[in-house]
This record gives sequence, structure tokens and C-alpha cells, in this order.
Amino acid sequence: MDIVLQQLVNGLTLGSVYGLIAIGYTMVYGIIGMINFAHGDVYMVSSYLTAIAIALLTFFGMESFPIIIFGTLIFTIVVTGAYGWVIERVAYRPLRNSSRLSVLISAIGMSLILQNYVQISQGARQQGVPTLLTGAIRFDVGDGFVQITYMKLFILFAAFLGMGVLTYIIQKTKLGRMCRATQQDRKMASILGINTDRIISSVFVIGAAMAALAGVLITLDYGAFDFYVGFIIGIKAFTAAVLGGIGSLPGAMLGGVILGLSEALFAGLISSDYKDVFSFSLLVIILIFRPSGLLGKPEVEKV
Amino acid sequence: MSQDNILKVENLVMHFGGIKALNDVTFDIKRGSVSALIGPNGAGKTTVFNCLTGFYKATGGSILLDAGGKQTSVVKVLGEKFKGSDFTSPASFFERVKYKMFGGSHLVNRAGLARTFQNIRLFKEMSVVENLLVAQHMRVNRGMMSGILNTKAFQKSEEEALQRAFYWLEVVHLTEFANRLAGELSYGQQRRLEIARAMCTNPEIVCLDEPAAGLNPSETEALASMIRVLRDEHNTTVLLIEHDMGMVMNISDYIVVLDHGEVIAKGGPDDIKSNPKVIAAYLGAEEGEEVTL
Repeated sequence: MDIVLQQLVNGLTLGSVYGLIAIGYTMVYGIIGMINFAHGDVYMVSSYLTAIAIALLTFFGMESFPIIIFGTLIFTIVVTGAYGWVIERVAYRPLRNSSRLSVLISAIGMSLILQNYVQISQGARQQGVPTLLTGAIRFDVGDGFVQITYMKLFILFAAFLGMGVLTYIIQKTKLGRMCRATQQDRKMASILGINTDRIISSVFVIGAAMAALAGVLITLDYGAFDFYVGFIIGIKAFTAAVLGGIGSLPGAMLGGVILGLSEALFAGLISSDYKDVFSFSLLVIILIFRPSGLLGKPEVEKV
Repeated sequence: MSQDNILKVENLVMHFGGIKALNDVTFDIKRGSVSALIGPNGAGKTTVFNCLTGFYKATGGSILLDAGGKQTSVVKVLGEKFKGSDFTSPASFFERVKYKMFGGSHLVNRAGLARTFQNIRLFKEMSVVENLLVAQHMRVNRGMMSGILNTKAFQKSEEEALQRAFYWLEVVHLTEFANRLAGELSYGQQRRLEIARAMCTNPEIVCLDEPAAGLNPSETEALASMIRVLRDEHNTTVLLIEHDMGMVMNISDYIVVLDHGEVIAKGGPDDIKSNPKVIAAYLGAEEGEEVTL
């Protein structure tokens, strides 16, 4: 019983972070119909930026947790957002009117470029950040106990806050309205005077900012990272996006949470070696019964 | 270009590969008029519209839009190829580079031209009122931060946008459907909503592509009176493509007839009715034969 509860908590935090990264995949897919394979590496870049921000802040003598965490968040989100903007401008916009396949290859190339650039500039060794927030809450359950570290609570809070703010932006603000219009009919949106290139850029910036939020949270929790860390988490988040229905924003969040929960429960109860096998099998099973994902809409040929 | 022409199309050429969809199309549209573009199927009417609105980049010729107190060349804002003269004049070089980098069809709308489509292109998964709000984003002059923080100025501009949206909903008789999804509306309602959305961008000229297609006679009548409202109360120039000859002859001041990508006649409704070339194009009749439209 205590293991189930413990893994539920772990799975929820992991899943909320998957959801944050999945948002980047799903929004980009929704608006220009491409899979941004460089997105996992954008997340990886944000891990390094987190370490750089913490190093800078402590160098200037700022020690208290709130200052460090907010400074790190702002720095990482802004710089990663800039990465997202540049990637779109350099690698995808010139290919806007070519076939989907060439954009896909460009994305894979961008992913390799980012990995190698970080490897060369930061070194191939694993890096680490100090633990900033220690301590935990414990509950006694039966014979054992469930432990929730403050860091995990912070992750949950920050991740769901991020998703909430994003949902608000997309549903209520002018930018969100323009994003949705562009997503539904890009050419028509531009006929109505919307600068669709700028909307696409901002979607990339939003996606990168969400990945940066996830990057800061995971890096602070795990402490260690290397230049290759973006690959597996990128694939997981992509799985989450497909699971929830790619193109659907609530779907990405839901898919992330489901993937995180099932992975953690499987690891805790059955075998942690096969947890990835389980999560990808889950994807296969769900796609057999719902080919467009949990919340996705079936593809209708445009006429 | 004289002041009373809002739109001047000169020698417009559009090729798709080897197919010449438009061949030397030239016409002017008077400010404040209701003009119609007619012709048999496949004559190139919609292609003209697509070139006007920046949906296609014209192969050759010029389109000048005189709205909002300045002249806009539609072909230029889409980002033309460099010409030899650009390399001697820095000003025109930089202008060309600017439009190549930041140009696009959104600038045509911002210059004051809006359009509707033959096959309706509403944002089907947004509510009716949101469709109208998204068209007004150029006026809702507030950034993302003020939206998140929900500032006073943001609330005020949203309020104004809503009022304008409801004003247009009233004009097209859709007020009671404001919160329905646009995709749930009936065909005729969707057509009216599309016109309202085009008008929400505050255009000086609105291009309607077959607004009466699929409407019953009483709906067509209502549409005709709505078009008059656009012209008389909102000082909007209307250019329409239409197959319903009764309606065209009834409301338009000026008619341009296209056939096989060429202008075969232009003039007032009465001239067009009696023009033998037009009759021949429509009915395939021999010239000189007695046919009336």
C-alpha cells in the first residue's frame, strides 16, 4: 500500500514534467504539422542553462532559495525561449513551403547540432547542480511510510501553475486566439491580417519556455545531467503527446500524467527494468483502440 | 491614379505552370461602389480575387490599393524578386528586403482589403463571437502580458472588441448564436458570419466570393440589402463574384466580365446585358443572334 501511494506521488511529478515538454511537441504539431525532433534537445540546453544560472547567482552572493529559484527560472526560460525562436527562424522557416519530410530532416539535423554544440562547449562529462531544497513530508501508512520531498511538491506546484497559465493564454488572450485561428486555417488567418509567421515563432518560444520550466525542475530534482539527456525524455514526452492526441493541448498534459503514473506504478510494483517497455506498450495499445490519441480529433481530409 | 478609384488592377497575369489562368486583366474599382466580377465557370474570377488578397503571388502586372490614406502595391508587399534597378537605389533595395523578410498576405488585409471565400473558411472550432474577435486583433492593441495580468486597458479594449462583434452580429442577424461553435451554424448563417468577420477587420474594400451561392431566394434578397448597408452606412466598397444574375444586375453599379482569363467587357449593368460578347460567352451563341439575359 505504501509503495503504491509513494509511486503515485512520484509518477504524478514525473508525469507533470512530461506534460510540460509534451506541450512543445503538440503545439508545434498543431500549428505547422511537423514533429520538432529538436525539442528534447531544447530541454537539454535548458538543463545546462539552469546550472549556469545557479552558478552565476551564487557567484554574486545570492544564497536564499526563493531568489535563486526565481532568478534561475527567469534566466532559463528567457534564454531557452530565445533558442526556440532562433531554431525556428534558422531551421524551419526557410522550409515553410517545402514538403513535410524536409522539415523533419531539418529537425533531426537541428537536434544533432544542439547535442554536439553542447558537448563541445560544455564537455561530455556528466554535470551536476547542488541540492537547493532539502527536507520532506512523511506520512505513516500501515507498516511503512510515504515520503514527499519539498522539491517534488515544488515541481508539482510549478508544473501545474505553468500549465494553468498556458491554458489561460491560449483560451483567453488575444495571442491565444490568434494561435488557435492560425492552427485551424493558417492561410485564412493571414487573410484576416494575422502575421502568421510571428504566431508560429511565438508558438516555438512558448514551447521552448515550457521545456525550460521542465528543465529547471528536473535538473534541480535529479541534480545530474549530460548532453544526451534530452533524447530519452524527448521521446517520452513525444509519446505523451501522441498518447493524449497530438495537436491537443489538454491531451498533452493528460498524456504526460498518464505516462508518468503508469511508468512509476509499473516500476514500483513489477519491474523497474522494463518500465520503458511498459510505457511504449501502453502507447501501442491506446493507439490501436484510439488511433488519434485520447483527446485528439480524428483527421478529416480538408476540402 | 485618380482619387476616386480604390483599386486599380493593371495587366494582371497569373500562370500556373503552363496554364495561363489570367491574361492581361485590367480594371478599376470606384470608391464606394458595388462592383461585380462575373463570367462563366473557369473564367478566372476567383483567381483574380486570390491575387487581390495576396493568396497567390501574381506572375505579372500590378495591383494598387488606395486605402487608409496610402497606396499599397499588393504584389510588392508579398515580396517580389529583386530587379536590376534595386542595386542602384538603396531605398528600393531595402524596401524589397523588408517585404521579403516581413511581407506576406497579412499586410494586404492591414492595408484595408478583406475577403470571404466561395467554400466557407470559418474557424469552425471557435465560437461565433470568437471568430469576430480574432479578426479585430489589429485593433485590440494589447500585448500578452496585459492579457495575463488582466489590466484595465486590456479589459477596456476587450470590451470594445466585444461590442463591435455584437454590433456586426446584429447586422447579420446572428446575435442569438454568439456562443455556439461556428461549425454548428447552418450554411446560410455561416455565409453571413463570414461577411461579418471580414467586416470586423475594418476594411475599406471587401471582396465577396459568391456570397449568394446556396442561398434561397429570400436569403438572397436579405443579402442584397445587407450589401447595400455595407456600402451606404459603412462607406465600404464591395466587389463581388456572383452567378445569380438577377442579384448582380440589381445591386451592382459596375460589372467586369471575364472569360478565359481575359476581360471581355466592363460597364454598367445595362451595357453588359446588351453586350453581344457577354451573351456569346455565357450562352455560346453566335454573334448577332438574338438572346437576352
